[in-house]
Amino acid sequence: MRRRALLVKHTVTLSAQDALNAEAPLDQSTPSTQPVSPPSAVRAPIRTYCTFEKPIAELESKVNELKALTKAGGAVSITDEIKRLEQKAKAALVETYSKLTPWQKAEVARHPERPHSLDVIKVLIEDFTQLAGDRYFAEDAAIVGGIGRFRGRSVMVIGHEKGSDTESRIKHNFGMAMPDGYRKAVRLMEMADKFNLPVITLVDTAGAYPGIAAEERGQAEAIARSTDCCLALGVPIVSVILGEGGSGGAIAIATANRIIMLEHAIYSVISPEGAASIIWRDATKREEAATAMKITAQDLEHLNVIDEIVKEPVGGAHRDHASAIRALGDAVAAALAEFDGKTPAEVRKQRHDRFLEIGRSL
Amino acid sequence: MNWINNFVRPKIRGLLTTKREIPDGQWITCPESGQMVFHKDLEANQFVVPGSGYHWRMTATQRLAHLFDGAEYDLIAVPSVTQDPLKFRDQRRYADRLKDAKAATEQDDAVLIAEGKLDGMTVVSAAQNFNFMAGSLGMAAGEAVITGMLRAVELGAPFILFAASGGARMQEGILSLMQMPRTTIAIQRLREAKLPYIVVLTDPTTGGVTASYAMLGDIHIAEPNALICFAGPRVIEQTIREQLPEGFQRSEYLLAHGMIDMVVHRHKLRETLARVARLLMAGVELRRAAEAKSGAAKKSNGKFYINGSGQTGVSAPEAPLSVPAPQPERTSLTVQPKPVQPKAPRT
Repeated sequence: MRRRALLVKHTVTLSAQDALNAEAPLDQSTPSTQPVSPPSAVRAPIRTYCTFEKPIAELESKVNELKALTKAGGAVSITDEIKRLEQKAKAALVETYSKLTPWQKAEVARHPERPHSLDVIKVLIEDFTQLAGDRYFAEDAAIVGGIGRFRGRSVMVIGHEKGSDTESRIKHNFGMAMPDGYRKAVRLMEMADKFNLPVITLVDTAGAYPGIAAEERGQAEAIARSTDCCLALGVPIVSVILGEGGSGGAIAIATANRIIMLEHAIYSVISPEGAASIIWRDATKREEAATAMKITAQDLEHLNVIDEIVKEPVGGAHRDHASAIRALGDAVAAALAEFDGKTPAEVRKQRHDRFLEIGRSL
Repeated sequence: MNWINNFVRPKIRGLLTTKREIPDGQWITCPESGQMVFHKDLEANQFVVPGSGYHWRMTATQRLAHLFDGAEYDLIAVPSVTQDPLKFRDQRRYADRLKDAKAATEQDDAVLIAEGKLDGMTVVSAAQNFNFMAGSLGMAAGEAVITGMLRAVELGAPFILFAASGGARMQEGILSLMQMPRTTIAIQRLREAKLPYIVVLTDPTTGGVTASYAMLGDIHIAEPNALICFAGPRVIEQTIREQLPEGFQRSEYLLAHGMIDMVVHRHKLRETLARVARLLMAGVELRRAAEAKSGAAKKSNGKFYINGSGQTGVSAPEAPLSVPAPQPERTSLTVQPKPVQPKAPRT
């Protein structure tokens, strides 16, 4: 048994690396990695720009160059120039982000520096105590979870974690969970129900992991059970789509009483790339697919699939974690407060009615 | 001019009319053994190739006809849903694709629901038609599954579902994904009513369908060698870049990995379903009788209890689809109400 566990661990690591390789070509076209000078001491400039942010990247790097010059030479006349350029960059940012296309939003939603579940937990949850394992087979770090205190109340938090550097991305399998992750989520949700703790779920996944081990252990069943468990709970669940809400892998923990989405997050039945290659039979049609499938927070609010959109700071949540997470915390607190004093039956009924109503009044 | 009529007319007709899938008098090649079978022989053999045992896919109407006694059943009407909610178009408009699928299958959408008798027992069944846009799960199919399950609750009957699907209907975007939790709510109603939910997994059952109602049955039965999976073999091959093991994601593989209860040959399917439903319903009937007895007794005291089900079984009215509780009058037992001391409710 032990031997088998070791073997499986090995294959999991291998496949994670494979996934890294597989994603490599994707990465070139999605947020392009442009190393812009090492993080400065003042305010770390973002290291990765989305493809559509080229003009902004150029302006910001020019500003950085000039700043470096001022430091070195101390010429007076450039400070005005710096100010002018900074304002120009800011204006370009506001302009760009006020009219992002669905595909551009997908790029923002997948931005590697976007706040992930553990970033949110770190800021919002006091005394966070991480819990591990599904009690059947393994601990799957693609889904993290635990108990803690959120603005005075004890809660259960469960979320996909994508990781923030190569090492942690591999550890968390890029946020793509195995069945063990969903079974852990079920265990934690049932515990929350037992101890009357509201559940907060943070959704950020490209989808459940497609692999041999995942299928072998019943990926489909694990997702179905997790959705089933969400629907059965007598405690309120509030879900936040942080970045990517990828299909079944997302809905498994996003079947909630209140669904909140960050302004530039996406939520979809299949990735734009997947839809392009399956429906259009042409992988280059992803922009068209992103638009046609209605994946943005604004579209989903219009379809009554989600309840609320949390505005992101100018230039996206990845430019200012602190204020994005604060706004998110306020929205979650307000959503949870709506269920204070409600009985388990009422909470469950609200959730059932909410989902049954979807699509009926379009 | 006769030669023109004989030559040109059929050609034009051929261009204008769509060909039927299996035209009369055609021989069909078995993909497994290469054996030629006359289509009438195949139909007579429940679409199983006599030599190789290869199970051909069946349409929803064929499924229902083979399930119910004497091929008699009543189709249950499904509430209409918004067609093409996203006004979706790729190279073609989704609305046109839908129209074609409806014309080709003579169905409104991928799932048909029906009630009738199985071995004399009332059952409700849903059958998914793979020929209708790959049996994909959209709003209409989701609504059909929900309606079928709620009808079973209403009748106090077992629910048998034949799954066959390529997954979610991508042309309906997020609304197709939402059918996963929506159908699961109906399953919870079946569960609360403690009625059997039997899933027959047929080739192929994949994606969002497997990851929701197809994997939440009390009993999972698969037809031999059916592809049953979450992520399809091609997706996995692309991700991990290696050859998949022989028989991977087939019925027998799922049986070995604990995901299904049995693999049943189509010739034995009907009798297996009848046996399973009857065995489970025997217990349900006994409970109904007992509940009718104690229910009548308790009602006379003006109190009503759900037996010991604690927090989950609260019988608060759930959702607008009113679902009558299992009806005690269906059992033939008549009970004299006798006064019973009500137990103190546990808190």
